[in-house]
Amino acid sequence: MIVLKTFPKGGVHPAENKLSKGKKIEKLNMPETVTIPISQHIGAPAVPVVNKGDIVKIGQLIAKSGGFVSANIHSSVSGKVLKIEPSMDASGYKRMSIIIKVEGEEYEPDIDLSDTLVKECSLNADEIKKRIADKGIVGLGGATFPTHVKLSVPPGKTAEHLVINAVECEPYLTADHQLMMEKPDEILVGCSIMAKAIGVNKVLIGIENNKPDAIKLFKEKAVSFNNIEIYALKVKYPQGGEKQLIKALINREVPSGGLPIDVGCVVQNVGTAFAVYEAVQKNKPLYERVVTVTGKNVKNPVNLLAKVGTPISELIELAGGLPEDTGKIVNGGPMMGKAVNNQQIPVTKGTSGILLFPNKLAKRPKVYNCIRCSRCTHVCPMNLEPHLLKNLSNKALWEELEKERVLDCIECGSCSYTCPAGIPLLDYIRLGKANLNRIIRSRK
Amino acid sequence: MANNRLLVSMSPHDHGKDNVKKIMYGVVLAMMPAFLVSVYYFGLDAIRVNLIAIAACVFFEWFIQKVFFKGKPTITDGSAIVTGMLLAFNVPTNLPWWILVIGALVAIGIGKMSFGGLGNNPFNPALVGRVFLLISWPVQMTSYPKIQVLNFAITDAETGATPLALVKEGLKNGEPFSQIIESMPTSYTDMLIGQMGGSLGEISALALIIGGLYMLIRKIITWHVPVAVLASIAIFTGILYGINPEAYADPAFHLLTGGVMLGAIFMATDMVTSPMTGKGMLIYGVGIGVITVLIRVWGAYPEGVSFAILIMNAFVPLINKATKPKRFGETIKKQ
Ligand code: SF4
Ligand code: SF4
Repeated sequence: MIVLKTFPKGGVHPAENKLSKGKKIEKLNMPETVTIPISQHIGAPAVPVVNKGDIVKIGQLIAKSGGFVSANIHSSVSGKVLKIEPSMDASGYKRMSIIIKVEGEEYEPDIDLSDTLVKECSLNADEIKKRIADKGIVGLGGATFPTHVKLSVPPGKTAEHLVINAVECEPYLTADHQLMMEKPDEILVGCSIMAKAIGVNKVLIGIENNKPDAIKLFKEKAVSFNNIEIYALKVKYPQGGEKQLIKALINREVPSGGLPIDVGCVVQNVGTAFAVYEAVQKNKPLYERVVTVTGKNVKNPVNLLAKVGTPISELIELAGGLPEDTGKIVNGGPMMGKAVNNQQIPVTKGTSGILLFPNKLAKRPKVYNCIRCSRCTHVCPMNLEPHLLKNLSNKALWEELEKERVLDCIECGSCSYTCPAGIPLLDYIRLGKANLNRIIRSRK
Repeated sequence: MANNRLLVSMSPHDHGKDNVKKIMYGVVLAMMPAFLVSVYYFGLDAIRVNLIAIAACVFFEWFIQKVFFKGKPTITDGSAIVTGMLLAFNVPTNLPWWILVIGALVAIGIGKMSFGGLGNNPFNPALVGRVFLLISWPVQMTSYPKIQVLNFAITDAETGATPLALVKEGLKNGEPFSQIIESMPTSYTDMLIGQMGGSLGEISALALIIGGLYMLIRKIITWHVPVAVLASIAIFTGILYGINPEAYADPAFHLLTGGVMLGAIFMATDMVTSPMTGKGMLIYGVGIGVITVLIRVWGAYPEGVSFAILIMNAFVPLINKATKPKRFGETIKKQ
């Protein structure tokens, strides 16, 4: 038996609950209106380039990248711009959004809507990056970092590997898995395009062993690409964390406070690879994505192709409606997703799943005193001591927290998940990080 | 259309199955084999001592919480039951009830609640209670009843010395170890299954090991502390025995008698009062093993496990500081 690779220290095994596994990606009906926030990515918000009353087409640029780290935003529908005003998004805050009333279905003429696979790419590295930037591609794994920025290797560093995160380690979510089963060729072409953009000739795709069908399919398909290798990984959360994935695949440790490029890696999500393919080969901007809608009491857990800006209520409707006893709606997966209090928030580029928890599962566990069992330390993939971080944060010792490397915390939630005393360790740690970051900023 | 029924909290939104209560009741379950052995050999007295100790510990915890903390009583978490049982396991079954109650008061009041309750105490509460009793009532605490198989009659059982005390006494008087062992009615097999005098719960190494394995499987404890304690005792006494087999007891004798198994498996592994990393646990375990042997061989008491654990409890904060886990990406300098 081959020993499967994984990251060595820490990690947990939450119940997988992949209820929507194997469900074909369904296309959502055209919504009546869409609400498209101008800030769907990490970095500066985009700047609207349309006005109230303008008529837009599907794929038309409606907000322009607002800085070096920022991304273009395109309309996901055709119709009329109703208004541009703040509207609640998944963050729980009101953010500036472009609201469009849908009329007809008219596409930008340069988008190739056919299904034919375009394998060859004649663009050079800079042209590829420019195209990716133009089409507003961001990381679709959840972090939504603008892809063209990540693909630009900073001077003085060299990239050796492109690492593709096809782990989908969050329980419940199956969007990436299903996309891999339906669009393997496109994803592989997307990978080789990104490899070309950063000038590496080695692509490593890591897939967790709970997706044997995807591993098999990709191993077969990858044969025709001489630079793509597929790795089956042992199932362990949070293997999708960049640093954990690199450690698992090539046993290199990203230094504390560093980035993957410090060990010669660029990490991209498998969904992003598909978006890159569509942008570069099909001229299609990122205005729709695959979203898993699921939950224990959901009638019909599904994988949907949803347009950015669609209210999540319409997705929930297609999954059989909001179950009676829903106690929590989470935008994303159970470990890192954000709870939202409202069904009207729109799907954005970062929405990988909509998760509906019944009341019983929505509640947090009973809190006891810390019994110093050290399980939090053992499961922390960054080898931090969450119980200690919690105490320091509780005592407002922000500078002590810095010494304990609180900023290395990847907010994976493994500590809170495990703590038998039910202590929300990550809440305290976030508080500590926020305060410490404030102090660090004031030092400058 | 904000929906007020929806809970909004920060991630993670899922929680593992284990909690403090399950852990505590897991420990209680793990103590059952040793408890049954004690009933087998000590009869109703074993049940009596356990009930009194548990009731007293739970009561004092409830009372102190109500009067001094004014908070919600937490006795349902099961930790007071564990302390009560461990205290009972550490005393002779013929101990007068009022001494036992004082032990429970010291264990819970001083050992646990004075530090702020569960999780805040540096010392193992049951051991604080036991050592207090040992110092205050040395005679009652070391007159062990002779074992009788399944005798449920309430009689004043005869008392007798434990193998550990016999050997200590004999060696002090210059008798060779092999002779002492030969003249003793207790064989090593008896010691393994628990057919010998001693504190209520410490007699059967086998029953304690079964409980320990259960806790290992349930992941309530890790292997580090028990293995470090037992291995260091075996090696240390093995060296002494190797030097002079007549002046020192052999390792098997040390491992099977007295409170070594109970201490290594149930007392030293207490999460609250033991170190938090594997490396730290090993250091702590070896410390306990070495101090135990020092006391047993050269100290005034025949048994030293309780003292050894309490002493090492005091070093836990230091050990934790010295054995911090190496952070991910720590060794590599940022370029
Ligand atoms: S401290 Fe941070 S990195 Fe470590 S387990 Fe908790 S959330 Fe994850
Ligand atoms: S897991 Fe919870 S109870 Fe255990 S040491 Fe960490 S904070 Fe304390």
